[in-house]
Amino acid sequence: MSHMSTLLEVSGVSVSFDGFKAINNLSFQIGPAEMRAIIGPNGAGKTTFMDIVTGKTRPDDGRVIWGEKSVSLLKMSEAQIAQAGVGRKFQKPTVFEDQTVHANMLIALKNDRGFLASLLYRPSNKDLARVDELAGEIGLSDQLDRLSGELSHGQKQWLEIGMLLAQEPRLLLVDEPAAGMTLAEREHTTAILVEAAKTRAVVVVEHDMEFVRRLDCKVTVLHEGSVLAEGSLDHVTANSRVIDVYLGR
Amino acid sequence: MRQSFIQKNPSILIFLACLALFTLLVTVASEGFGLGFISTSFVKTLGKTLCLCLVAVAMDLIWGYTGILSLGHFAFFGLGGYMIGMWLMYERTRLIVVEALAQSDIPPTPEEVVSGIGSQIFGVVGSSDSPLIWSFAHSLPLQLALVVLVPGLLALIFGWLAFRSRVTGVYLSILTQAMTLALALYLFQNDSGLRGNNGLSGLQNLPGVSAGQDQVSLWFFWASALALGLGYLLAAWITSGKFGSIIRGIRDNESRVRFLGYSVEVYKLAVFTITAMIAGIAGALYYPQAGIINPAEVAPIASIYLAVWVAIGGRGRLYGAVIGAGFVSLVSTWFTGGQAPDIPLGFYTIKWVDWWLILLGLSFVAVTLFAPKGIGGLFDLLKKERAK
Amino acid sequence: MKTLMQAGLMLLLSLVPAWAQETGPVQSILQENRHLIEKSSRKTIQPAIDALASSGLPQAQAVLEAWQGKDMWQVKDTGLFYRGEKDGDAYRLTDFDSGAAIGRFDKGDLDQLKPNSGIRALMATALVAFQLNDPDPARRTDAISSLQRDPGAQHLEPLRASIAGETDPNMKAQKRRLERLLTAAYDKDISMRVMAINAMRGDLGVDVRATLNPLVTTRLDMAEGDTPPAKTNVARILKPGTDDLPRLEAYDMLAAAGKAPPRVDRDTIRNTLSNNIMDGRVGGVPLAQLDTETGRIRAYTALAKDGTVPSFVVDNDINSALQGHVFYEVYAEKDKAVTDAAVKTLRAIQTRVGLMQALDLTLDALSLASIYFLAAIGLAITFGVMGVINMAHGEFIMMGAYTGYVVQQFIPNHTASILVAIPLAFAVTFAAGVAMERLVIRWLYHRPLETLLATFGISIALQQLAKNIFGTQARPLTAPGWLDGAWVMNDVVSISYIRIAIFVLGLLFLGVFLFIMKKTRLGLETRAVTQNPRMAASMGINPGRVNMLTFGLGSGIAGIAGVAIGLFAKVTSELGSDYIVQSFMTVVVGGVGNIWGTLAGATMIGFFQKGIEWFKPSNTLAAQTYMIIFIIIFIQFRPRGIIALKGRAAGD
Repeated sequence: MSHMSTLLEVSGVSVSFDGFKAINNLSFQIGPAEMRAIIGPNGAGKTTFMDIVTGKTRPDDGRVIWGEKSVSLLKMSEAQIAQAGVGRKFQKPTVFEDQTVHANMLIALKNDRGFLASLLYRPSNKDLARVDELAGEIGLSDQLDRLSGELSHGQKQWLEIGMLLAQEPRLLLVDEPAAGMTLAEREHTTAILVEAAKTRAVVVVEHDMEFVRRLDCKVTVLHEGSVLAEGSLDHVTANSRVIDVYLGR
Repeated sequence: MRQSFIQKNPSILIFLACLALFTLLVTVASEGFGLGFISTSFVKTLGKTLCLCLVAVAMDLIWGYTGILSLGHFAFFGLGGYMIGMWLMYERTRLIVVEALAQSDIPPTPEEVVSGIGSQIFGVVGSSDSPLIWSFAHSLPLQLALVVLVPGLLALIFGWLAFRSRVTGVYLSILTQAMTLALALYLFQNDSGLRGNNGLSGLQNLPGVSAGQDQVSLWFFWASALALGLGYLLAAWITSGKFGSIIRGIRDNESRVRFLGYSVEVYKLAVFTITAMIAGIAGALYYPQAGIINPAEVAPIASIYLAVWVAIGGRGRLYGAVIGAGFVSLVSTWFTGGQAPDIPLGFYTIKWVDWWLILLGLSFVAVTLFAPKGIGGLFDLLKKERAK
Repeated sequence: MKTLMQAGLMLLLSLVPAWAQETGPVQSILQENRHLIEKSSRKTIQPAIDALASSGLPQAQAVLEAWQGKDMWQVKDTGLFYRGEKDGDAYRLTDFDSGAAIGRFDKGDLDQLKPNSGIRALMATALVAFQLNDPDPARRTDAISSLQRDPGAQHLEPLRASIAGETDPNMKAQKRRLERLLTAAYDKDISMRVMAINAMRGDLGVDVRATLNPLVTTRLDMAEGDTPPAKTNVARILKPGTDDLPRLEAYDMLAAAGKAPPRVDRDTIRNTLSNNIMDGRVGGVPLAQLDTETGRIRAYTALAKDGTVPSFVVDNDINSALQGHVFYEVYAEKDKAVTDAAVKTLRAIQTRVGLMQALDLTLDALSLASIYFLAAIGLAITFGVMGVINMAHGEFIMMGAYTGYVVQQFIPNHTASILVAIPLAFAVTFAAGVAMERLVIRWLYHRPLETLLATFGISIALQQLAKNIFGTQARPLTAPGWLDGAWVMNDVVSISYIRIAIFVLGLLFLGVFLFIMKKTRLGLETRAVTQNPRMAASMGINPGRVNMLTFGLGSGIAGIAGVAIGLFAKVTSELGSDYIVQSFMTVVVGGVGNIWGTLAGATMIGFFQKGIEWFKPSNTLAAQTYMIIFIIIFIQFRPRGIIALKGRAAGD
């Protein structure tokens, strides 16, 4: 398999907590500009999978290889992984509620992450323009000076996605972006993600089949910590084992 | 969007103006250079209060802004005091020893002076040699550097260990308290090299300066006011820009900041170390005005009081820290100094010396419960009223 | 009857002036030695004392005691000796033999015998023999313990003689032991001494070491030539210039003995110079140049050249002086066989003492661990189970201790008062805990830092309140009599009963805690609320009530711990704050949310602290400092404590 077409390669990864195998010999790949949905029942290991890729959890076994230079993510800290180009959106919207939308975006904007650089940072015209542009993309142009804590649930989700985009990641991990959204908000979210996937890899973990269908992408089904099926949504939903898992035997 | 941080935050200018005015008023009313309304000892109290305000600003930076409840910043404060105290005591003792030796027929050698100083300072702990840590005590510039470096280095090492292993929240608070306790216990030992529980004394005398205490007290008062002003400006600058955004982000959601690619530990360590240095400077200005420093000053309780001041004043805003430290410590002095009138109830007389701490403790509980924003929160209410 | 006899005796006395007639046997002995007694000199008195002591007369002891106590008087006219008692201005005399009253005499008619301290000591020795054989066991015990305190060569024989007649088996054993110690120290027969010393190998008694150590004490000595003089019991020969005997020290020894000129030290130089100032110069060097060492040496050398002062002792002088002498350590005990045996025996004892000290240290550590465990277990509940930081925990401990003190004011019987105090302390602190939870803490769940501060406010207030009520001085909380004393295994290993009781109490608490958590409804509900409060609430558990009771339980246990701690620590308002940091450390090091972790944490901290004290004795401050540093480093490697919860349950 050529490295050119693979951005992230997870192979043979296992992790267990107190004897419970949360991830069991999991292998997974994604290309540089691809949208992928990961589905699976509760406890399938979706969140743990994200934890491993972003460096929050160290696996007991296996490899996680990143980018053209094939570096291992396992030796890097969360911050280093994020700087390498992995962005993560949590299930609950996590923005800095005490600060304005603009400040939130500025923190996220791709710049030197060192503390001295931050101390001496003054936003350049380019940075300000980029913030305005991104705010337009996520539909928060007129909210820039509001405290982000005052935003609606859906707006917070978009702000977080916007912050991720400002990071300019090569891989975007998004955990249940549509949870708690109205129909209109979902459509907007779908549009943002589809647009993002044109230039980078996007992995969406989702429960909601309707939302996954809207994304119209390759689907990976996780079950008990390993891949159960992979392919188009129609393909995997036709899989008898997937039906067993979802509907119960 | 691109104004300087002072323009963005007019409260900085208001604060600096108030501080300048206050300094001027105290100077005019003092015995040293003015009308003599304010006694020298009260000038010292006010000067000390300014130092406490400065360390409170540091505390606000680390707790109010970064979310790390450090119960160790008074230890850094005390270390700063010890560092300057070493020079003050050494130099003053040197002058005394030189004068005493000059009485004899032949002039003293440097070795004789050094050993004379050693036995003068350390006789009280049964030693006559200056320990290694006093190597720089002869030099004011070096010892001034240590005022910043020693607390900074301790904070750097401790913080690196603690943050690296992701100790957070109350665990970190307890750990910082343990550090403070360890330092206090160490200083209490006679062989600590810092005179055990005798501490360092006679610090109010500036060696080689003939001016009276009425003037010296004002010099320290000015220095304290200047340090507070500069410290406040520094803190305001730090918190205003992107760095401030990030540390507040760390306070509110540490892992979000981490997943944005910031090395949270480095930021925490930076703030922890900088604030420890500010605390050291505050301590170095405080103890010459207090005249004495001993290990009891470093005891864990002092650091907790610091947190109490900042909480009462209102954390997360710099003027809140200043108001809290100034207000509570002055009121404390008033109540415990015996100036407050006792309240006779007939069957029992409330003596404030005995009851002040109870009042403080309970009002602190009340503030935590009912006014988490502290006194500073009142300003928000005023602002809102005006906005209406 | 008495007056009749008195009259008769008076008559007799008036008729016959000489002592030879009709005197008792003791009086006869006294009269035989009359001149020695009257002379009263330490050098000559011994035969008189011996005559009394070896007479076998029952009254001899009384005479010696009276004599020793300056209660023996001699009638000037007759020269007879009596016991005298002051009666107004005069003295009433009693006969030693018969106990009969002799009559009242003016002081002028009598001579008091005033033996000096040397003579009194001789008498005391003689008396010991009597006391060792006294029919009254209490007096025998006294005699034995006085010998144990202050043994001497002269006691050996009387002691030996008394062993055969001893009826009490316990005392007989004590006498035997004492006899062996005295033999080792003082017997004239070397082989007996060596035998006695060898017999004590492995004996842990402090008395054995106290007897043997003086035998092997050495002093530093030196002599001319290559070898020490013959007939000295040399422990070892020291070479000057080694760690045991630095060169200069050896030389100073020679100088002190007048065998070499003393070295010229800084003070000497200084004094010499200031005594030889001439026209603002010393030895041609101007005074102003004497402010450095080199300047002073220059001046002194100049003076030495003139011959005014002794010249510097240079290295060569020192070397040649040292070469002519041998330095050695010599035993105070002269016989080599004895010192060899003593050294061997002491070495054997030292090994065993080391082992026993390790055991003692283990017991100490265990006891410290149980104190920490006791102090921390309440915290393990409030902090570990509920996640609530209670800075006032220490004050609950203090409240428990003061409750014990107050109870003792009303119930003087210590056993009963402790039995009342324990449940009462639990009740008081339980109530305080519940009140605090309801009034303060429940509003602050999920704001742990603020809980910490609010409870700290309460802690300040409670501490000051205690000060206002009970004052600043320590109040006694006295343990019942049956807890006094210690379980003594031997002279090295012992542990006080209070500490054993605290250990037992710790185990008891552990049991109670496990029972409550695993077997009761409250425990089940607490665990449910801890793991998932929402789910628990939906199943009909009232989380508020559970939190309240759990908090009360933790506080109540702190109160009982307070009673226990108060039994051995001073009850002051600061009692709690002395333990609070250690308690938190115990919980954190052990691993939050797990009672076994708390146990492990307490054990580790207790052992570690005692271990440091072992290396650096007499400095508990340093031990605590190092312990805290150790904990900080420990947390680097196990941030979640010894027994850590993993995975999602640990939260994050």
